[in-house]
Amino acid sequence: MPAELETVERVRRIDVDQYRYGFETIIESDKAPKGLSEDTVRFISAKKNEPAWMLEWRLEAFRRWQTMQEPEWARVSYPKIDYQDVYYYSAPKKKPELASLDEVDPEILKTYEKLGIPLREQEVLAGVVRPEGERRVAVDAVFDSVSVATTFQKELKEAGVIFMPISQAIREHPELVQKYLGTVVPTSDNFFATLNSAVFSDGSFVYLPPGVRCPMELSTYFRINERNTGQFERTLIIADKGAYVSYLEGCTAPQRDENQLHAAVVELVAHDDAEIKYSTVQNWYPGNSEGKGGVYNFVTKRGDCRGKNSKISWTQVETGSAITWKYPSCILRGDNSRGEFYSIAISNGFQQVDSGTKMIHLGKNTTSRIISKGIAAGKSQNTYRGLVSAHRKATGARNFTACDSLLIGDKCGAHTVPYVEAKNSSALFEHEATTSKISEDVLFYCVQRGLSQEEAVGLVVNGFVKDVLQQLPMEFAVEAQKLISISLEGSVG
Amino acid sequence: MNVALVKPTSDRASGESFAAARSRLPGSGVVSEVREAAFAEFSKRGLPHRRVEEWKYTDLRVMLREVAPLAVNPDEAALNRAAAAVASLDVTDTCKLVLVDGSFAPHLSDVASLEAGVRLHTLREILETADNSTRADLLRTNATSDVMVALNAAMATDGVVLGVDNGVALKRPIHIVHIATQSNAASFTRSLIKIGEGAQVTLVESFVAAPDAKSYQVHDALVSWAGDGANVHHVRLVEDARDASNISTAIVTLGAKTQFNSFSLTSGSALSRYQAFVRFGGEEAVANINGVNLLKDRQHGDTTLVLDHMVPHCDSREVFRAVVDDRAHSVFQGRINVHPDAQKTDAKMMTRALLLSDEAEADNKPELEIFADDVQCGHGATTGALDDSLLFYLRARGLPEKEAQALLIQAFVGEAMESIADEQLRETAVATAARWLATRG
Repeated sequence: MPAELETVERVRRIDVDQYRYGFETIIESDKAPKGLSEDTVRFISAKKNEPAWMLEWRLEAFRRWQTMQEPEWARVSYPKIDYQDVYYYSAPKKKPELASLDEVDPEILKTYEKLGIPLREQEVLAGVVRPEGERRVAVDAVFDSVSVATTFQKELKEAGVIFMPISQAIREHPELVQKYLGTVVPTSDNFFATLNSAVFSDGSFVYLPPGVRCPMELSTYFRINERNTGQFERTLIIADKGAYVSYLEGCTAPQRDENQLHAAVVELVAHDDAEIKYSTVQNWYPGNSEGKGGVYNFVTKRGDCRGKNSKISWTQVETGSAITWKYPSCILRGDNSRGEFYSIAISNGFQQVDSGTKMIHLGKNTTSRIISKGIAAGKSQNTYRGLVSAHRKATGARNFTACDSLLIGDKCGAHTVPYVEAKNSSALFEHEATTSKISEDVLFYCVQRGLSQEEAVGLVVNGFVKDVLQQLPMEFAVEAQKLISISLEGSVG
Repeated sequence: MNVALVKPTSDRASGESFAAARSRLPGSGVVSEVREAAFAEFSKRGLPHRRVEEWKYTDLRVMLREVAPLAVNPDEAALNRAAAAVASLDVTDTCKLVLVDGSFAPHLSDVASLEAGVRLHTLREILETADNSTRADLLRTNATSDVMVALNAAMATDGVVLGVDNGVALKRPIHIVHIATQSNAASFTRSLIKIGEGAQVTLVESFVAAPDAKSYQVHDALVSWAGDGANVHHVRLVEDARDASNISTAIVTLGAKTQFNSFSLTSGSALSRYQAFVRFGGEEAVANINGVNLLKDRQHGDTTLVLDHMVPHCDSREVFRAVVDDRAHSVFQGRINVHPDAQKTDAKMMTRALLLSDEAEADNKPELEIFADDVQCGHGATTGALDDSLLFYLRARGLPEKEAQALLIQAFVGEAMESIADEQLRETAVATAARWLATRG
């Protein structure tokens, strides 16, 4: 069939030029020696001027990691990773302490400008008149292993919000870090989380004191630049009683023939009546049209609804990475707490996605909602893997899950692996999943009315993912929508 | 994670039981070789446990602990007790083929009244007398590498081997009856059924205990092939003793344009696992696979389905219901595999669990694995208690609480039972459910 041939042809053409963020920034950098040993861990810790307890914590994780095996249960396949062939620390060479943004290497600022990230707050400082009520975003930019700039520090400080690189928080707020770090994702949690605990270099730290509603969106942009470098960021967000924060995360990397490793850990803690909204647009380099290169994304994200009436909501748009292994989860410990998971996972080319969520109901009257939309195109494999469980004492637990998969092309695969476990009779769980392709009738209808085939598919796909896009903060929703169409470009004929 | 489990001593015990049982297993030469290989596989892997994904919720190392010694051939007294069990079966007017403690019992079976076009052998007879290639094939399967199927191949003592000729429409159901008369013993049976093109067959399987048989283990495998255009109805009724274990596997291959309608009802056994592997080998086949688990006390009931859509244009429907009371535990795992060439597959799976007590547990794992794009696949899973507003409605009309509950539960399982085409069999299933409800405390 000519239409199908055309599809195959177009998929073939999805190539490096599809990835808009594939440039490399040439700057001098300061790297740890290649490979992983106790010395590497000590090196990283020393680089960060960390207190002794932190080093001890890392070393303990490292020793444990040496006894662990890489998990193999996910539906992803990749050549064995040589953990000794990776740089675990890389930082742009710079002056010891930055007083203002002007001191940041202009090359790095240019990188973020190319990415379209408004790092510079000068505009605001210069008194440019902004329309009333316009939303602003405070950004923490992480370049390889270090945070290079955090904007709106002053304003956030006035509101009482602590938003800073985690390396700085370890030095300046050790009591908070010590109290919360590793309490949601323990160092022994899993292979990649343990590795992260040993070698994490930077990431964001957010603390909201009781009753504070964060005055703006917080955001972190992660960029892997150096060759052969792994990025191991660690994010810790704590919303104290009655606090609210919305946090966004974006990721990109240059195009490389070899695979880059990314093993992050994100921990969220919500106390009584607090709410954390965590959104991710993940757009790491997915590899070229032959499946060469791309980022291995092994991420452990978990939120702990520790207090009563707390709420944690994960929203993710996953379009990048050669391999995605990611299950943002909620532990619903507090009574009446609520967990939400909204996901769009798009795979094209040779990408492999194994993603989903866990909703663990421990408290009474806890509720959760899972909306997952998977789109598989090209020769990709897209798996939803999820767990919903209610423990004996979690009376009145409620869950609704809907996982829909859309297949574009006959070389890709879509899989759904949900686990639904109820240990008490008052738990009410509903799960539904569907897999299908875009209906010919719908496409025909659109084309009849003058849309091109691509536009028609775009329209259908956007309708398919609308439920999730609506959950994103406005700035991200626009970006995400664009990303989705770029990711799928050329996959339909 | 990644904890290596220490091999428990129970596996050594079953190794010894194989050595002890070897002389009593039918077949020699190539059959023995197949058995040795199968047993080597079992000893290597041991009883499946929670780290084996397919057995995640049914950890045999904890629940079964060890494989019981092979049951001895039934004596006169055992056959008499088995006869009593046959007489008290709910299902009548079938052509019964009775297996007592893993041995075919010709005198209890309706061998004489087999209809024309049906050829009956026993597994033992073929293993002992047929030529080498046939014999060994009976114990082999490439449908699954499940370790309990390997154990079954190593230990199978008997079973029925049936052939139904092309175009034959059977008037009476063929009824394989498994009866256990011995306590603390294990029976291993394997039956093979080949249904010819265009044939119409109703196959019933019953698992029952003779009075006083306790804590026994049933290990059964059913391997069947349905020829092109065949119409097969399959009903399984598991009413084993309440302290027994039943580990059964069905391996089904469907030809083009076959209609396969299967229903399984489990109300007996302390521990039961029914795993069915259904493979669509020809286009335009339709499979309806339904089941009901009625569990109470500390019963554990596991139903695991794997559907392999290998070819285009096939439909499959699964409806599964579990009613779980007291401290019972229901498990449903269902996987729909759509292979790359199986375009136009239409597959739907629905599983619902009703929890009647605070300590009841239900685990559902419906999976979709799809490698073809032009398909319609879906699954649904729900878990919950009885609807309070419905109960209130019935009670407001004067029904006592238990009766109101019974009515709602009957409606809940009725949906899966409706699929049984044979009226007598359907009524038996409904009556079993009613009896189960009547005994609820």
